[in-house]
Amino acid sequence: MSNVIFTIIFFVAIGLFIRNTRRIIRNIKLGRKSDRSDQKIKRWKHMIRVALGQSKMTVRPIAGLLHIIVYVGFIVINIELLEIVLDGFLGTHRVLSPYLGTTYDVLIATFEIFAFLVIIAVTVFWLRRNAMRIRRFWKPEIKGWPKKDADYILYIELVLMFLFLTMNASDNWLQQHPDGQSYYTQVGHFPISSWITPIFDGMSYAAVVSIERTSWWLHIIGILAFLNYLYYSKHLHILLAFPNTFYANLNPLGKFSHSEAVADEVKLMLDPSADPYASTPVENEQQSFGAADVKDLNWVQLMNAYSCTECGRCTDVCPANQTGKKLSPRKIMMDTRDRLEQAGKQLDQGLEMDNNTLLDNYISREELWACTTCNACVEACPISIDPLSIIMDMRQYLVLEQSSAPTELNAMMTNIENNGAPWPFNQQDRLNWSKE
Amino acid sequence: MMDNTTNSVQTMAEMTQNGVSPEVLFWVGCAGSFDDRSKKITKAFVELLQSANVSFAVLGPEESCTGDPAKRSGNEFLFQMQASTNIEVLNGYQVKKIVTACPHCFNTLKNEYPQLGGQYEVLHHTQFLYQLIEEGRLKIDSKTEYKGKKITFHDPCYLGRANKEYDAPRALIKKLNAELVEMKSCKEKGLCCGAGGAQMFKDAEKGDKEINIERTEQALETNSEIIAAGCPFCNTMLHDGVTNKEKESKVAVLDISQLLAQTESL
Ligand code: SF4
Ligand code: SF4
Repeated sequence: MSNVIFTIIFFVAIGLFIRNTRRIIRNIKLGRKSDRSDQKIKRWKHMIRVALGQSKMTVRPIAGLLHIIVYVGFIVINIELLEIVLDGFLGTHRVLSPYLGTTYDVLIATFEIFAFLVIIAVTVFWLRRNAMRIRRFWKPEIKGWPKKDADYILYIELVLMFLFLTMNASDNWLQQHPDGQSYYTQVGHFPISSWITPIFDGMSYAAVVSIERTSWWLHIIGILAFLNYLYYSKHLHILLAFPNTFYANLNPLGKFSHSEAVADEVKLMLDPSADPYASTPVENEQQSFGAADVKDLNWVQLMNAYSCTECGRCTDVCPANQTGKKLSPRKIMMDTRDRLEQAGKQLDQGLEMDNNTLLDNYISREELWACTTCNACVEACPISIDPLSIIMDMRQYLVLEQSSAPTELNAMMTNIENNGAPWPFNQQDRLNWSKE
Repeated sequence: MMDNTTNSVQTMAEMTQNGVSPEVLFWVGCAGSFDDRSKKITKAFVELLQSANVSFAVLGPEESCTGDPAKRSGNEFLFQMQASTNIEVLNGYQVKKIVTACPHCFNTLKNEYPQLGGQYEVLHHTQFLYQLIEEGRLKIDSKTEYKGKKITFHDPCYLGRANKEYDAPRALIKKLNAELVEMKSCKEKGLCCGAGGAQMFKDAEKGDKEINIERTEQALETNSEIIAAGCPFCNTMLHDGVTNKEKESKVAVLDISQLLAQTESL
């Protein structure tokens, strides 16, 4: 009976997860094309180093170490999930133990030690977020849901680890109880949860069985619920960090994106005899230069938005943000995700996308013009997100589609056009310095 | 220092007419051509090139803005117009190797011109100067006036993070026998001077501080007597910062080429 219930819960959870994944993929595909099929080997290496190896996390040693504990713990403890799911389907108990012998004991002990380390790390994370005034955790864009989301994840992780340890502790107690011998066979080694076990002394056998069963069920249901919580959370990065680093921009950071569409126009301007129909049809379809909304960004930028962990490392190093300007590269990513989600919801309801745009409704011009294009945010991001490319695409829209650059910049550009320098000097005088 | 040496600087047009093709083209850039502080950097670099007997030319009136400030402002169109015009000139002279004292020109020429048909070997002047010293062509007096002095180096964003060159300028400072002291944020984490992304040409958005002041404070914290720069824009920003802090009599902001030119055993 219990295995039927388990099977239903399991497949419903997986079904919901697939639905969410489809939504994300559909939304990311609203973006423009960007070919990232080159340099496969370099991409694999980059992904392994940055996502799997967490090379950027250790730049900040304390947070980096704690994060690695939680991350490794998460992966290691999920090996146990395999057995839990098998038990669920088959209605068995610790089905793998007979096959693994002492390896099983070692595994269980390892899981427990990691669970303990994760509890410590998560507690420190919570203190860092709530008790210490770490600047990046108190920025305006983090107020409200993002702050709650961050805390919820820590609570969920704590609860899951406690359930896991309680499950083991009660199991251990039952294994030693004369009534338990047939079902709760003596397996596993419990270095951490054995500290909890004495709590059950004096309780009835039935009571401890129900504690063991309840912890088992809550633990697995908790994990399946968490899987579906990802879609609504910054925690999506545990999955998306991988494709995100794989498809990252591998060019030198100073090389900004090139526009073929503009190149075609420039060719026509400079060479009137050029064939206006020679450009490829794809470029002709492109309606506008730069980006006003999410559909004008490319799919990698949209995937970046879903991957962002909201850690604020980018904002922390941003010179504009450090000096009190409104610009925050993290907010650029969060706004992009929010707008994309909103647009996606409209599509879910079979509606056309509304007239809101990422520009102005989410990201203000003041933010965009405050950027010094210094690349500090890109360098700092632990999962290779590029907020600067979004800022640049939006500036391009403002200048090429709306001619609405700040006045001083318009003057600078007029100078370049007229005399080949950002200041009003005569091009013929460019060598005067040598005679002074 | 020999003041009038720059008089003999030749343009690409003159050299070509004489049937000479120089080893390297010196891309002076707009700041280096017109801005008073930056012209001193240009001259110092030229002196070093001359003392190392490097055969070089400039474009002079044929040089035009690389288009960097236009591109960072979002005007891709103007950028590509500038780039195409410059590439036509450069390719016309069959230029192979370019050196420049401006990291913005350096980055644009190196990374953004190839797609438009301009393929050159592009070096920042600190990279080129380091090569010249290593090859023994440029000689530095090791008993320099900088011996033991504290010098801090400000990483230009477009040399450092944008192109991962952190070593060449530092290696040059070490050649001066000076004590190189790093700021709180340096190299990958270097803080911008506030001029990039065309900010040089506009007022900053509303905030509670100017970026160059923040950076100058970091530089002053090191107690250095000299703030070394590798970019004419950073140079101006930091100089303004030092002046704002009323420290200009104690702390000098100088380009690395200026530091070298003062010691050079001519
Ligand atoms: S590139 Fe722009 S957004 Fe990113 S850190 Fe620099 S100033 Fe901030
Ligand atoms: S963009 Fe990167 S650095 Fe910035 S908040 Fe998101 S994950 Fe963190």
